Amino acid sequence: MSNFIQSSIGKKFIMSITGLFLILFLLVHLAVNSMIVFDSSGELFNNAAHFMTTNPIIKIVEPILAAGLIIHLWWASMITLQNQIKRDNNNIGFKRYKIRKNNSTSKWVSRNMYILGTLIIVFLVIHLANFFWKMKFTGDPLLAHDSNGVENAYALVTSAFISWKWIVALYVVGAIALGLHLYHGVWSAFQTLGWSNKKWRRIFNGFGIFVSIILGGGFAFIPLFVMIKSMI
Amino acid sequence: MKLTLKIWRQRLPKEKGKFETYYIENVSRDMTFLEMMDSLNEKLIQEDKDPVAFDHDCREGICGCCSMVINGRPHGPGTEITTCQLNMKAFKDGDTIVVEPWRVKSFPVIKDLIVDRSAFEKIMAAGGFVNADVGSAPDANSIKIPKDKSDEAFDAAACIGCGACVAACKNSSAMLFVAAKVSQFALLPQGKTEGLKRAWDMVMKMDELGFGSCTNTGDCEAECPQGISLTHIARLNREFIRAGFHKAAAENK
Amino acid sequence: MTVLNSKIPDGPLSEKWTNHKNSLKLVSPANKKKLDIIMIGTGVAGAAAAASLGEMGYNVKVFCYQDSPRRAHSVAAQGGINAAKNYRNDNDSVYRLFYDMIKGGDFRAREANVYRDAEVSNAVIDQLVAQGVPFAREYGGDLTTRSFGGVQVSRTFYAQGQTGQQVLLGSYNALKRQEAKGTVKMYPRRQMLEIVKIDGKARGIVCRNLINGEIERYSAHAVVLASGGYGTIYFLSTLAVNSSGAAAYAAYKKGAFFANPSFIQIHPSCIPQLNDYQSKLTLMSESLRNDGRVWVPKGKGDKRHPNEISAEERDYYLERRYPAFGNLVPRDIASRAAKERCDAGFGVGETGYAVYLDFSDAIKAQGKKTIKNKYGNLFDLYNKITGEDPYTQPMKIYPAGHYTMGGLWVDYNLMTTVPGLYAIGEANFSDHGANRLGASSLMQGSCDGYFILPYTIGDYLADEINTGKISTDTTEFDLAEKEVKNKIDNLMSIKGNTSAHTFHKKLGKIMWDYCGMARNENGLLKGLEEVTKLEEEFYKDLKITGDTKTINQSLERALRLAASFEISRLLIRDALNRKESCGAHFREEYQTPEGEALRNDEDYSYVAVWEYTGDGKEPKLHKEQLVFENVKVTQRSYK
Repeated sequence: MSNFIQSSIGKKFIMSITGLFLILFLLVHLAVNSMIVFDSSGELFNNAAHFMTTNPIIKIVEPILAAGLIIHLWWASMITLQNQIKRDNNNIGFKRYKIRKNNSTSKWVSRNMYILGTLIIVFLVIHLANFFWKMKFTGDPLLAHDSNGVENAYALVTSAFISWKWIVALYVVGAIALGLHLYHGVWSAFQTLGWSNKKWRRIFNGFGIFVSIILGGGFAFIPLFVMIKSMI
Repeated sequence: MKLTLKIWRQRLPKEKGKFETYYIENVSRDMTFLEMMDSLNEKLIQEDKDPVAFDHDCREGICGCCSMVINGRPHGPGTEITTCQLNMKAFKDGDTIVVEPWRVKSFPVIKDLIVDRSAFEKIMAAGGFVNADVGSAPDANSIKIPKDKSDEAFDAAACIGCGACVAACKNSSAMLFVAAKVSQFALLPQGKTEGLKRAWDMVMKMDELGFGSCTNTGDCEAECPQGISLTHIARLNREFIRAGFHKAAAENK
Repeated sequence: MTVLNSKIPDGPLSEKWTNHKNSLKLVSPANKKKLDIIMIGTGVAGAAAAASLGEMGYNVKVFCYQDSPRRAHSVAAQGGINAAKNYRNDNDSVYRLFYDMIKGGDFRAREANVYRDAEVSNAVIDQLVAQGVPFAREYGGDLTTRSFGGVQVSRTFYAQGQTGQQVLLGSYNALKRQEAKGTVKMYPRRQMLEIVKIDGKARGIVCRNLINGEIERYSAHAVVLASGGYGTIYFLSTLAVNSSGAAAYAAYKKGAFFANPSFIQIHPSCIPQLNDYQSKLTLMSESLRNDGRVWVPKGKGDKRHPNEISAEERDYYLERRYPAFGNLVPRDIASRAAKERCDAGFGVGETGYAVYLDFSDAIKAQGKKTIKNKYGNLFDLYNKITGEDPYTQPMKIYPAGHYTMGGLWVDYNLMTTVPGLYAIGEANFSDHGANRLGASSLMQGSCDGYFILPYTIGDYLADEINTGKISTDTTEFDLAEKEVKNKIDNLMSIKGNTSAHTFHKKLGKIMWDYCGMARNENGLLKGLEEVTKLEEEFYKDLKITGDTKTINQSLERALRLAASFEISRLLIRDALNRKESCGAHFREEYQTPEGEALRNDEDYSYVAVWEYTGDGKEPKLHKEQLVFENVKVTQRSYK
């Protein structure tokens, strides 16, 4: 089995599996977040967030999720690095061909997954520091508990988006990066798992675009929604 | 037409190469790119210079010798063509054209625009065949193959082994080349018997020879002179992953 | 006459091969391991033979000038491969395939060899399918076939317009399999320059490593030439630009006789020459004549767009002249008919040297989709090269040099007149007579490679089991190497003003003008004189730049060209000698009142076999009389 994982396809297999797993998490995450939009009292969102932090299944899934993310990152770095050094035969240096293609034959997104991934990571760190860290460990006055022990996550989130415009901008950028990453990533994962063929290639392509719009658009929409609502 | 050519010159595999600039006049728009190169070489010979070495043979797009990257694209501008089929109509008077060899670590330059593609030979020897001894074949029509499968196998089998896919790939991955062979045989009953072993052996050889891994960008498909589809790579992935699980299962027994 | 022993077995035609196989000596598996075989060339014949011999247990050393065996020019064969399977139930049989080939070859081929090819052809298709060659199929899953020229049945198996590629890759894959097993060792990027004979037997070769210019020696118990034809003497041909008969010619100079050099096929449907710089002509498969109709305008010099010329104003000259076979007459006839129309001033295109191949009726009758299915990639290829769309306007085609029926003389065992030296595929002369029928070259190459040579070579090698390894450290090898080095030094030191490329172009023009589709005595004599003159100039004025220690393609070309001059002269001599018209060899002096080839069976029913007698000396003619016991020799008629 170790041969398999170390092979070029094996590595990509791991990327695909972890990638698809992370997408599942993102879908749940988006579903919870969308409560912000549907209930302005924040009760729905708070309950959902509370459920997510206390539910035993989630407790089990959380470390798996973290592991998935780390594996996805680590493997991506390895693959990217290894692929870089396989390119060139001699000299020439950083630029492989003297002229860049003037009419490119592939999508920019597909060639720059690592850059997009890095952007997402930067965003993720800030995002975790903003909310996750506070909710989980340090606490925040805004999170004052209600009688049932449910933290007021709604207050924490909305106040951040309302008071700091740059955070909204950051979230929108992060969401767009995520959308672009998935634009190629979803289809690519199915392709790597070998599920694509003449007919399904188009379906997976469409599905990939759909998922990227839902997740990228969804995550961008929520902070904008909160901010704009406060301004009206 | 008058053209400026910047061509990669490298005398020996180990020597450092560099771009040389040549000016060429009286290029007819009816020429193919290689005929333009022929006339450049004529000129170089007249000037007592070493002509540019480049692989070429059939000049009708089927032997797969051509190995030039023209203005950053393997086989130059245009889709589903080889360099020998590239027409000078694709260029304008006064253009500067940059001509380079495939730049792939596993394809070292031998001279000028000629690269060593023996890595492909090794991959093929690792499993790119059906074990069919001469004389033991049953009647050809005793194996019925649905037309769509047979046609799809042909599409994959059309690979000319030029290496443009690797040259185009940002990862220098040889997946399309390997996939073409694995997929051809995976689609046919004759090749299915040893399909998993073939996929495994060929991919392992490909990795060993230092080709990169596939990130599904699709450059290979776009530059392939035979238009071989990425779906064959999906089939290779499928076969390889299945082979991996079979191997794991066998180890656990 | 005594020098030529064709070793044709006795007995009825249909039993000859079986009986012969039973009488061939065998080599035991343990002894096969001790025997080395050198294979020159990796086309369909060479790759198939090398793979089969390796599979049997011999040690095979395989040489080719390309970087991979898969690039040999068999790859460019388009239309298909024949076999007498009778899958279509159109009353085809081994005998009919045999008869079609004999007749198509204008009764200038050896009966026994042709029959054997036809007999073995079915096993070839089986073998190729087992190897995974994706031949075209019906919806029901069965193999499908199409028709080819000179034939009234449908027996040609095909893989779109890339049959040669697929058949070659089948044998290439088999070769790779043997390479992995260690029975075959590949030596790519080598140019074979000399055959080494020891005690009269072929024992090895001297070749140039094209990468570093080293002269290398290799020894073996037998040498097989699968080096193809010499059609590039016309410069512009459908062949790969680096194909040449140089390897076969080296064998000729070492005592292998050369047979029927003037039998060289001009393919009727190639994309016409567009300009003077052109380096190569592209073939449009003969299969197109299944559905395409050939015509020229009825009016001389009619320059209207073809679609504006009405049906009544068109001269479908093949259908008019040959109603029984129509557009599917053999290649030599179709070529000459096109030339006749163009010479008479009815040709089309800018130069007036082209005729139309029209698909509009077929598209009307069968629909665009069906036509696209059959010929899609050929139409695309045509469109790429000419920028015209064959779906909406007729193709323009014109004949071009294509295939050499002539080649090294071989006996029934495929051995040349040098013991231990074999020639297979296009490199030998044996199966196509004066004209080859479409889709029979892949067939012959595969038959030779898979099923004939592997058996017959054993008969010779059975006597070599005690020879032991052959040293390359002998005076014979020393001499051969010295000769090769001298030759290279000679060419390099001329330091004239003209490149090999230019000389080749000039040679091509001479040969096409004086020894092309139609020949006459005066022209041939003039051609001979011009070739000799050009050759002298070549040795005075050749210019090669670059060095001999790295890749030097001008030198490679010059080495090939040196042989091409000599082959050209031999070809013209043979054409002069054959005072008749037969198949592709058309002497204007000998034609029927209708302009058909007029054979002279009384005086020329023989294979003209030439023996090398030394530089500057006239080659010596030997005759192998052709005996036809199983077919009635008639005037060929496709009317």
